[in-house]
Amino acid sequence: MKRHPLTAALLRPQFAALAAVLFINWLLFPGFFTITWQDGRLFGSLIDVLNRGAPVAILAIGVTAVIATKGVDLSVGAVMAISGAVAAVMVSSGTPATIAIPVALLAGLVCGFWNGVLVTYLDIQPIIATLVLMVAGRGLAQLITEGSIVTFSDPLLSFIGTGAFLGLPMPVVIALVLMVGATLAVRRTALGLLIEAVGVNRSAARFAGISSRLLLLLVYSFAGVCAAIAGLIVAGDIRGADANNAGLWLELDAILAVVLGGTSLLGGRFSIPMSVVGALIIQAMNTGILISGFSPQFNLVVKSGVIILILVLQSPMAAQWMGRHLSFLTSPRNRSAK
Amino acid sequence: MSIIKKLALVAGIGALMSSTAYAEGLAGKVIGFSQIGSESGWRAAETSVTKAEAERLGVDLKFADAQQKQENQIKALRGFIAQGVDAILIAPVVSTGWEEVLTEAKDAEIPVVLLDRGIDAPEDLYLTSVASDQVKEGRVAGEWLVSTVGDRECKVVELQGTVGSSPAINRKQGFEEGIASASNISIIRSQTGDFTRSKGKEVMEGFLKAEGGGAGICAVYAHNDDMAVGAIQAIKDAGLKPGSDILVVSIDAVPDIFAAMVSGEANATVELTPNMAGPAFAALDAYLNAGTVPEKFIITESKLYTPADDPQGEYDRRKGLGY
Repeated sequence: MKRHPLTAALLRPQFAALAAVLFINWLLFPGFFTITWQDGRLFGSLIDVLNRGAPVAILAIGVTAVIATKGVDLSVGAVMAISGAVAAVMVSSGTPATIAIPVALLAGLVCGFWNGVLVTYLDIQPIIATLVLMVAGRGLAQLITEGSIVTFSDPLLSFIGTGAFLGLPMPVVIALVLMVGATLAVRRTALGLLIEAVGVNRSAARFAGISSRLLLLLVYSFAGVCAAIAGLIVAGDIRGADANNAGLWLELDAILAVVLGGTSLLGGRFSIPMSVVGALIIQAMNTGILISGFSPQFNLVVKSGVIILILVLQSPMAAQWMGRHLSFLTSPRNRSAK
Repeated sequence: MSIIKKLALVAGIGALMSSTAYAEGLAGKVIGFSQIGSESGWRAAETSVTKAEAERLGVDLKFADAQQKQENQIKALRGFIAQGVDAILIAPVVSTGWEEVLTEAKDAEIPVVLLDRGIDAPEDLYLTSVASDQVKEGRVAGEWLVSTVGDRECKVVELQGTVGSSPAINRKQGFEEGIASASNISIIRSQTGDFTRSKGKEVMEGFLKAEGGGAGICAVYAHNDDMAVGAIQAIKDAGLKPGSDILVVSIDAVPDIFAAMVSGEANATVELTPNMAGPAFAALDAYLNAGTVPEKFIITESKLYTPADDPQGEYDRRKGLGY
């Protein structure tokens, strides 16, 4: 049975999970899918899911590449805080945003590069190497802001977090562009293949002539830049840099998004768009909980319950069961991957 | 810090607090202060107010930052005891595990004053504790709303603090007590915004969508000012006017909420004073100089601020405190 690749992709369990979560949201709140046009932009709960999910989606894009190399990046949340702090402190002291934004991105690049150096040249395990910056990075951000929330009113920087382009919120536009760009870069060139090769077996990849060090440096730096972009969005959104809370625990959401998207933590095969879908599943849940009117004590219980359910549905055992009983649902690609 | 900045700080703080009757009583005394760290703007403000208060009173303040670790605080306390200080102030990071070191302080006859948080230890191990009444803070906010809306039907949405944290529990309880007498006021939605601006904004966006674009919401009550600042932005994004279409009341009195009041976007805030040291020094003065044993629990004032209370002036006074 041959299927069009797009149809096959849409039949993946992640899309089913996203649709199910959105459907439950609709049951809880009938106006969930209502989208209106207000002040020159689209307005509605569905847009909120995209808008609020964008920072985690952007983090997930970077972290996907890292995880595909059998690494992990725990520092992205702290890097968000650093980039937001750098940009906010610069614009609030009079530097134009056109300079502050590139400097903040550069800060993210340097952070990512630092992680890459620890992982490649010092050969530290990625989880430990990036843990260093996860802890120290937040301290660094607090040093930059001197412990307080640095507020600003710069129009360009707040546009990144709250503006709209063609009716879509800016964070969504940025995430989309980044997703398409990164996907094209890894799939239209050999880059994706090289990343997967390093992830499956770093020594074998090196013997095959792949410069794995350079590749790892590139991947970690990219994750750093992605985190910096997310940091700018979060800072622009509240027109302030909150070094204590910006990006706090978001590295875990990003890793979860990657896992929900079907990329293995053991490296190898990866999909950037599916990680973005993973991020949207998480955010759809968050938004659903917010509008459902549940008492907040249930937030984490509901969230973890849904996540366990999705992961079980994605597990090889469930795929096997579905292959036997619901063969029309599993795509040929899923079956061949086993 | 430059001299001018320092002077401005001291002047600001002087204006902020009521003058105490014991202006010279503690001059020359050595007092150790073990601070938790600087995890929030309020904490930073508490540190700078304490230092300025000590300077004003001529106290030789030994400051120790524990960086959120109890072992650092215990070390700092042992250090103070070894130095033979006249008194110790401590903002305890956790509530348990203090008996041993406090007994050592007691044996050395050094009075200990707890700031801002209580501990689980026999009461005779410390002189007194200075803290705010979080339930009262919520009650003051609730009572303000009752007196403001009058007989009008008012549906309130609540932005809670971190689930399970004591300010979230107590400020919720206090607010409910405050509005209990008014049957026209009801809380229709309540969610946690984790005490942060971005979560406050996100949760408020959800509330606005769920309540028909905000038409049914008369007021938002936030457990801290930061969430209120986030909520104000969400209300503006939804095309409504915070402060008039939806009333905004919150707790803490940080500078940015006064900035919002200046532009008419916030209606009331209840102060969590960073000046815990003022009453503590006063109690120590009375104890060290006159032997007066203070009350075991000194409750700071929960003052209500509205746009009528010179928000621009309050903003300027607080801006330099490190919030």
